Amino acid sequence: MKLLINKITLLAVLLSINVVADEFTIGQKNKAFSKENISIKKGDTIHFLNEDPFFHNVFSLSDTQFFDLGSYPKGESKAVVFNEAGKVEVECAIHSEMFLTIEVKE
Amino acid sequence: MKIKKYYTLFFTLGAMSLSLQALEFKDITFEAGHESLKEWILPTEVPYPEGNKPTSSRVALGKMLFFDPRISGDGNMSCSSCHNALLGWSDALATTKGSKSKVLGRASPSIINTAFNPLQMWDGRKKSLEDQAIGPMESEAEMNTDFDKMMLLLNQLQDYVDAFESAYPGEGINKKTIAKAIASYERTVISNTSPFDAWIKGDEKALSSEQIEGFKLFSDPKKGNCEVCHSAPNFTDNGFHNIGLASFGIDKPDMGRYAQKPLKLMKGAFKTPTLRDINRSSPYFHDGSAGTLEDVIEHYVLGGENKTNLSPNMKKSNLNDLEKKHIAAFLNVLSSPIKPITLPILPQK
Ligand SMILES: [Cu+2]
Repeated sequence: MKLLINKITLLAVLLSINVVADEFTIGQKNKAFSKENISIKKGDTIHFLNEDPFFHNVFSLSDTQFFDLGSYPKGESKAVVFNEAGKVEVECAIHSEMFLTIEVKE
Repeated sequence: MKIKKYYTLFFTLGAMSLSLQALEFKDITFEAGHESLKEWILPTEVPYPEGNKPTSSRVALGKMLFFDPRISGDGNMSCSSCHNALLGWSDALATTKGSKSKVLGRASPSIINTAFNPLQMWDGRKKSLEDQAIGPMESEAEMNTDFDKMMLLLNQLQDYVDAFESAYPGEGINKKTIAKAIASYERTVISNTSPFDAWIKGDEKALSSEQIEGFKLFSDPKKGNCEVCHSAPNFTDNGFHNIGLASFGIDKPDMGRYAQKPLKLMKGAFKTPTLRDINRSSPYFHDGSAGTLEDVIEHYVLGGENKTNLSPNMKKSNLNDLEKKHIAAFLNVLSSPIKPITLPILPQK
């Protein structure tokens, strides 16, 4: 019985940790984000990894969250923590066809 | 603390969509028709938006409107004034001249292969050719069209009335159908039969060894590094870059794309133009500051003149004179054979 309670506690702890923060990687390859849409939770981090042999930029002018990661070359990544719930539209200023929609849930 | 990491699959069909995988320089074999060069083949079908398939009657109407100066405010400027087929669909001016010959801020961009562009204008502010077509008419500085007068004219001329009805049955004569017709005509201005196109498709004799050498230098990131922006298949990444022109150093310079996307990187950034038929539309750059293709190459060899907010793709290169010559030779094989153009006789009654 005690063992079972311990197991439940452990499970609860693990679950709560998972709720705390997840990390995701979104690649930039062939002038496209590796996904068009992604759903995450408040507090999660996305690493934007450039996999093309030229510079990319990552920015969002969304009301939910504004950021501009400047430009960086292949192999480099920059991270953004999403602290507000809502929709965030992400683009690359250099390549106008690159779009990613992030849904940040409570 | 254990944190889950999700790595996305980069090679899913979704991510690749319809575009071919862009190969890196080291993976390319510079031989006529080689598989690794397939990404340079332009789509055989020219893209068009829903509801505006370029039928022959739409193209014919668009051609009349494109060449008709009566639709401008002073009755003396047509689309063709600045996008002159005889001058590589541009106007041979450094920066173009608008209404009353007023000198404007930017060069008239060629309309060759603009059908493949996702965004129009040097700063990308127009999304489609339909969107763009009316812009110069609405601009006081450019065609300065009096739309009431224009509608009156088009409605009085029976041949125009018939042409609109045949092209867009029941849609009437309005800004929308005018724009759609002009866009349909512009979609026929395509360059895809150059010696380069033939070589890419396997015709070994289409390019000389010097021209092929030029293509290699053009593509090599350690040499010309041109392909980084002038990429396959239309010699453009459809992107925006500050290429370090001297004109960005003047007081209150043209901010380019920054007006549309207020991000530091976009200050002084302009759209990468296609290079097809490029030897027919000098001078070059959005400010017309380069008279010849040799001047353009020299600008890039220097890594730009004004380094303020320079694109990180710009860097000094070590090309020698022979290598520069080879690149120039390559740029000269991107033009399609000249096709005669028949001009429409415009409706008079
Ligand atoms: Cu990009």
